[in-house]
Amino acid sequence: MTMNSRSTLLGAVLLLAGVVGLALLPGFVGGYGLSMAINFLMFAILATSWAMFSGPSGYVSLATVAFFGIGAYTVAVLGEQLPWGAVLLLAAGIAFVVALLVGLSTLRLRGVYFVIFSFGLAELIRQVVNWYESTQAGSVGRYVFLDITQEQIVWQLTAVLALLFIVGWLIERSRVGFALRMIGDDETVALHCGVNITLIKVLVFSLSAAFMALVGAIVAPRWTYLDPSIAFNPNISFQVLIMALLGGARRLYGPLLGVIPMVLLFEYLSSNFPHLFSILLGITFLAIVYMVPHGVAGLIDSYVQRYRERFPGRRVGKNQQKESAL
Amino acid sequence: MTTSTALLSVCDVTRRFGSLRAVDGLSFDIAEGEIVGLLGPNGSGKTTMMNLVSGALKPDAGTIRLAGSDIAGLPPNRIARQGIARTFQLVRVLPSMNCLDNVKAGLGFGAQPTWGATADSKAEGLLERVGMAHRRLTLGKDLTYMDQKRLELARALALQPRLLLLDEWLAGLNPSELVEAIELLRKVRGEGVTMVMVEHVMDAIRSLCDRCVIMNAGAKIAEGMPAEALAEPEVVRAYLGDDADA
Ligand SMILES: Nc1ncnc2c1ncn2[C@@H]1O[C@H](COP(=O)(O)OP(=O)(O)O)[C@@H](O)[C@H]1O
Ligand SMILES: [Mg+2]
Repeated sequence: MTMNSRSTLLGAVLLLAGVVGLALLPGFVGGYGLSMAINFLMFAILATSWAMFSGPSGYVSLATVAFFGIGAYTVAVLGEQLPWGAVLLLAAGIAFVVALLVGLSTLRLRGVYFVIFSFGLAELIRQVVNWYESTQAGSVGRYVFLDITQEQIVWQLTAVLALLFIVGWLIERSRVGFALRMIGDDETVALHCGVNITLIKVLVFSLSAAFMALVGAIVAPRWTYLDPSIAFNPNISFQVLIMALLGGARRLYGPLLGVIPMVLLFEYLSSNFPHLFSILLGITFLAIVYMVPHGVAGLIDSYVQRYRERFPGRRVGKNQQKESAL
Repeated sequence: MTTSTALLSVCDVTRRFGSLRAVDGLSFDIAEGEIVGLLGPNGSGKTTMMNLVSGALKPDAGTIRLAGSDIAGLPPNRIARQGIARTFQLVRVLPSMNCLDNVKAGLGFGAQPTWGATADSKAEGLLERVGMAHRRLTLGKDLTYMDQKRLELARALALQPRLLLLDEWLAGLNPSELVEAIELLRKVRGEGVTMVMVEHVMDAIRSLCDRCVIMNAGAKIAEGMPAEALAEPEVVRAYLGDDADA
């Protein structure tokens, strides 16, 4: 069996085990356990979908919460009027279209300009919703009364995470994923190789936004009360960024490695130092960028690369047969 | 050279940077199968001209036709798909990708894109062709300068171009590498690839080019067989004091 198909199989087995484990989890843990599980799943999806675009392309987005909030608000506004499945589809669809428009106008910006713009965009959307709610809708907040239990939230998030891994895996091994990596390395080269870089960037950016909105929609019933400062809290964007960077954004499984320790850390920080939370968030961010710039998955990759170069004869891969024939 | 047989036809092309006319009303034709040297002192507009043909820059005026259809002002990805590939004066490889993937970058998105197992074996073949089979899993950023140049050529050839633009591809090679590299280019020409090469290496120009276009200050000052064009008085004057060749 080749290395590729072996790791694919391993991935599939782990995915299946994870899905079964998470689906059975509500039977074993209490309310606190469920709420932690929801936190893990929520950030796992957000960080993985963030990395699906930002990892290979190198476009660091701080707009995560914009799409998350769009999802939450779709539920707040339409949750009681439409069937649940339709609400979720609509949330994902709206985020996809917003990301498409935003992407077309901003993905020309590179480096720090894109970072700042994406952050500004999230703030802009928050302010617009704020303005609309207070002047047009009559009150800043909304109540979400939906008959959705914590268990159901866990199950839905598990399903979305599984779907995200399948989609991410398909993209990674497709020409779209390859082109995105080329873009991250050198846009000029990508262009001169025939890649329609705008199309590729906007497509994957929008797809990742759709997943972020799904998370926002699914967890919205947990809050009961929702206002723009909750749904569009910029801390979420930073937390997602930190988790993805710690785990390693250039691998599909990378962000997961960052989500697990960071959810625990943030839980501890926010309950013990609520007023210092933003500062501690910033310090964590700096520490990670300084110490593990390519994340845990990046460390693993560089060991693998070094090993391959030192022992080129032991390569196990698609070309093994051809080589042994030489 | 009549226009009807020209693969590339550049007509009255101008490109300004502010008040500077980097390319100024330039016209020339390239026939199918030819290797044409684009020569001139530093700053005469050669790279700018290459950028205009490959789509990296848009001309302010003029037409550029590839096999009859106007490509002036199209984005580089569309031009690449119509069959123009290039290398860069300041060599550009994909730093975080290995050599195989660097070549697959050229295979996957051109006029006849290949992907999967076919692309893998084609990429191996191309690496072999430029003498880099042993570097297949080395990352782009870990290559020596010479190997980066080789890899860049392999990536350009992967596009199966009708026209290949080489911007000082031979610059910085030592004499023995040069012999090898010139041989490689001759082989590529034998396979029917038309080339425009910006070069300062006179040996290469004499032994490879069918024809030369010589530029100065954005305009064409001479054109013809390398030996004759280089001997024209205006060319000698333009190069005077320049150390490109004695
Ligand atoms: N992007 C640019 N912006 C401004 N000026 C440029 C730019 N590119 C080239 N130039 C100018 O155009 C002229 C021609 O440059 P170039 O085409 O690189 O010359 P060559 O390749 O023949 O050495 C030079 O004077 C150069 O400074
Ligand atoms: Mg130049």
